[in-house]
Amino acid sequence: MPKTEFSPSIESRPTYPGLTSQGSAPAIMVADAAGAEALVDLVATDASVMDHAHVVLIAKAPELAAKLTALTPKALHEAPDLDAATPLVTQILDTAKMGTQLYLAGSEGVIGHVSALAFARGLPMEAIQSEHRGSIARRMQCVHCKGITEDVTTDPFVCAHCDLTLFMRDHFSRRLGVFQAVCVDAETPGVVPATEEIRP
Amino acid sequence: MTMQFNDETFRGDYTYHNSQKAIRRFPFPFDQDAYMYSVNIEQHPGGPEGSPFEVMFDVDEHYVAEMKDREITLAEDPLRCQSLPHMELAGWDLLELIMVSKARDYPELFTLHRDGNDWHWINKPLGIEKKFTFLDPTTLPCGPMEYITRQTQGDFALLHERDGNLWMDAGMVTSQADWSLDFDVGMNFFEWHAPVPKARKMGVFDKALKFLLSVGQDQSYRRLNWTLTVNPRLDTSPETYHKWGPEKRSVTPENVGRKQFLRVELQTFFRLPRSNALAFPIRCYLANLEDLAGQPKWGRRLHRVLRDIDPTLAEYKGFAVNQEMIVDYLSQFDDGAPTSPGIFPDG
Repeated sequence: MPKTEFSPSIESRPTYPGLTSQGSAPAIMVADAAGAEALVDLVATDASVMDHAHVVLIAKAPELAAKLTALTPKALHEAPDLDAATPLVTQILDTAKMGTQLYLAGSEGVIGHVSALAFARGLPMEAIQSEHRGSIARRMQCVHCKGITEDVTTDPFVCAHCDLTLFMRDHFSRRLGVFQAVCVDAETPGVVPATEEIRP
Repeated sequence: MTMQFNDETFRGDYTYHNSQKAIRRFPFPFDQDAYMYSVNIEQHPGGPEGSPFEVMFDVDEHYVAEMKDREITLAEDPLRCQSLPHMELAGWDLLELIMVSKARDYPELFTLHRDGNDWHWINKPLGIEKKFTFLDPTTLPCGPMEYITRQTQGDFALLHERDGNLWMDAGMVTSQADWSLDFDVGMNFFEWHAPVPKARKMGVFDKALKFLLSVGQDQSYRRLNWTLTVNPRLDTSPETYHKWGPEKRSVTPENVGRKQFLRVELQTFFRLPRSNALAFPIRCYLANLEDLAGQPKWGRRLHRVLRDIDPTLAEYKGFAVNQEMIVDYLSQFDDGAPTSPGIFPDG
């Protein structure tokens, strides 16, 4: 699956320019199943990028893990989902050396969440690269109850925490790694527009 | 003359009201009969005697009631006040700026005694007397920004300067026009303004940021911004939108004059001495259409501005749904006569 092209949006909405090798600098790479292909493509441009790379694969996919292992990273770690990966990624970020490069590939949820973890630990923005692949599902924060709903693909959608019906905004917080969602029928309770699948 | 403070509410029974004096000094934001974005920055303080521009931090008849309203909002949602760890020094800068200014500008209401870092602050309207050590957070009941902004009208953002940008890294926000500090804290100038339509393309934000970055020590400026709010509600936050949203649809031709409020933000900018941060107070003034139209110049002008405004802005400011009723109501005050330049009322 190729890199996703998104339609133009507002300034706070993140963009994902794609991965470019920074050579054999220490690296942390985090990808989901779709994003793993972006790492394969990255290595095809410069094999040395794996010399000092910790790769975290967020997927239940042994064949992908084998494919990434074949690229000979310093270490490959597997995690079944984003929640499970968080302590591991946090630990790797906490022990990262100065000059470490962070490569993120996959859905907006993975990129947004891991970027937020990295910012919170003081990784400079210039050290983070990202490439969007696969699902365009979003990680949405309800502005009312503050609960986060993962993998949202429709607009409006129902908050997984407080049950309000929410519409998606493009407004994005890097600190939280989430888009903002707001009650769609706040002024006219019960009057909810038709549900639509989101587009890139 | 001792100031009288109104006993009034900004929620529930909404007993908020303006005296004749408060109406006459209202910071009406339109200096001509049409509106489009502009950077519209002026030096602050400075303005006619009795106007809200005269001193650094205006204190008016709503002071005590506004501080009570802030207390209610913070008790319900403590995330309305946040300060990232590196912003504490800017909080002390702000505390100093406000205490020194208020004690100088309103000596009958506020007193500040300073002996080195041993400070003694007296706030008569709120009945507060506090001895503390400047720059020692253990001597205050909360952080310095929270402490002083619980005693000062208006919202506050503290902006940290780095990488040629301004970052909203601290704030006290309980009287906002529908934006979330909790979501926006940590964002840069372009990111937190991203939802504003049109302005980026017009170059407004580039110019504004350039200006703000060049604000030096001992310089301070202001601009006015505005929107419309149904009922005199200070806390129009996104967090509580599902609670106050239905009120937006409660306007009728009979009640629009009393229920529809012009909401004006007096935004000021101060460079802070120790932290080099920018303080960005956003002071909210509310007046209903009926009171504003009592000043003939304002009645005429408000009619023309709201009738002719760009539809995108009416939508963004959230009054498109009531615009026709508002304009119909105001038309009775517009006889077509020309209006004088500037924002102040005639006579």
